[in-house]
Amino acid sequence: MKLIIAIVRPEKLNDVLEALYRAEVRGLTASRVMGHGGETERVENYRGTSVKVGLQEKVRLEIGVSEGFVDVTVKAILASARTGEVGDGKVFVLDVDQVRRIRTGERDEAAVTPAVPTEV
Amino acid sequence: MTQPALLLLLQDAAPAVVPADTAWMLVSTALVLLMTPALAFFYGGLVRTKNALNTMMMSFVALGAVGLVWALVAYSLAFSDGGAWIGGFGNAMLAGVGLEAKGTIPHLLFMAYQGTFAIITAALISGAVVERMRFGPYVAFIVLWTLLVYAPVAHWVWGGGWLMTKGVLDFAGGTVVHINAGLSALVAATVLGARKDHGRQAILPHNVPFVLLGAGLLWFGWFGFNGGSALTAGELASLAFTNTFLAPMATLVVWVLLDYFRTGHATAVGGATGIVVGLVAITPAAGFISPLSAIALGAIATFPSYFAIAYRSRTRLDDSLDVFAGHGVGGITGALLTGVFASKAWNSAGNDGLLAGNAAQLGVQGLGVLSSVVYSSVMTFVILKALSAVTSLKASTRIEGLGMDVTQHGEEAYGSGEGSILVLPSDDAVTVAAPGVASFPNPATR
Repeated sequence: MKLIIAIVRPEKLNDVLEALYRAEVRGLTASRVMGHGGETERVENYRGTSVKVGLQEKVRLEIGVSEGFVDVTVKAILASARTGEVGDGKVFVLDVDQVRRIRTGERDEAAVTPAVPTEV
Repeated sequence: MTQPALLLLLQDAAPAVVPADTAWMLVSTALVLLMTPALAFFYGGLVRTKNALNTMMMSFVALGAVGLVWALVAYSLAFSDGGAWIGGFGNAMLAGVGLEAKGTIPHLLFMAYQGTFAIITAALISGAVVERMRFGPYVAFIVLWTLLVYAPVAHWVWGGGWLMTKGVLDFAGGTVVHINAGLSALVAATVLGARKDHGRQAILPHNVPFVLLGAGLLWFGWFGFNGGSALTAGELASLAFTNTFLAPMATLVVWVLLDYFRTGHATAVGGATGIVVGLVAITPAAGFISPLSAIALGAIATFPSYFAIAYRSRTRLDDSLDVFAGHGVGGITGALLTGVFASKAWNSAGNDGLLAGNAAQLGVQGLGVLSSVVYSSVMTFVILKALSAVTSLKASTRIEGLGMDVTQHGEEAYGSGEGSILVLPSDDAVTVAAPGVASFPNPATR
């Protein structure tokens, strides 16, 4: 089982969630974060004060999946979060030592998105 | 304003300025001007965070652009001597608009008072095109619209034009303001097309307290809108004022009850919408009907608008903030009910309606509605198509995704400034704004 961390544009979040839903990936955590991916800085003006907005708003998704779901999930994110402009974000896939479902105490593969993905 | 009141002021042989009337009209003008910032809050609260400033600016910019066009040209087209269809250029550039009496108030004040109506009417349309229309083309649109749609229709009903001659009763602008803006909104939403997320994602109000604030301030300003349309400070203003007080109360109660029985909740956005619909509906009737009729009118007017909104949200039509359902449908309901409830017993300068035995008035009201519906729709379509031949009206999908605040105005409504880099006028030397300085004061210095 793996932990997938994806940093995406907030305006693409709904598309990503829809793609994950269609891929039958269940269970994720989303947080608003600030970040910078090398995109051109945006300039804002407030009555004579000009600022470059260095850090852009992004959304960070954390998804624990079983081995069989890693590719499905990554593909879904890649396809749905892309605009083609710098700043689209990243997807990280990390090894996980142990997962426990708090409600039942189930462990590892049993505690994340199920092992056999239906092909989409 | 009442049609006979205007006839009176046109005929008055030796007009004189009355200080009491002038005082009330000065206050009314300021009250109606406040309605446009109020509308900015009402609309601004209903959109998403990323479009809050753009939506509010669509109303605020009318204060400047439409206000100037009104003073320089449109006032003359609406109110100076002309034909049955449009006024002339006699008062263009404020020529001949001085401190002499127009009715019992200075002509200049009359021009300013009417200008506040032109401003909010243009701003009303913005609710149909928010979150996607580019700012520049929007400004061009409302300027052209004021000249080509608002000014002629105002002339028909109030400026001595053909609907005034027919005897259409429109006390404060049910036809000129609300039907006019409502139909234009419907056409504008159709021509522009839907937002990319419309019907695909939930698009929710980002600040419901703003919506309530806006509705409250609109009601406050509307006392000047309807009360001031008497153009005097006497009995007629008191009638219009009190009807403006009563009708939205009825609409608010019925709207909230409908909400409660249909969804199980008395919603705040529903309550705010109910207030505005009640205000819209009483506008044409305010100085012509009895206070009890105003309550009935407010209650009845709830139903068409309530169900129009419920129906619209299930269609592909993206009249984003329901300007048509609120102002178009509400305005039509109010204009027709004016023909039902009007009573000479309350305003001898008005006319009797259906309930007082004069069914013909309902037909006259229908004629006013129909002509405004047709003219506003056709002209709005023509103006938008002409503009779209020169430039694109709608922002790209990418810009829409980023939000109109950052892309159209280079500002954010709720930016914290954290992580922003200060650009100094001198050079490349930049200073990183210290994160958290504003939001987390040093405890040691408190």
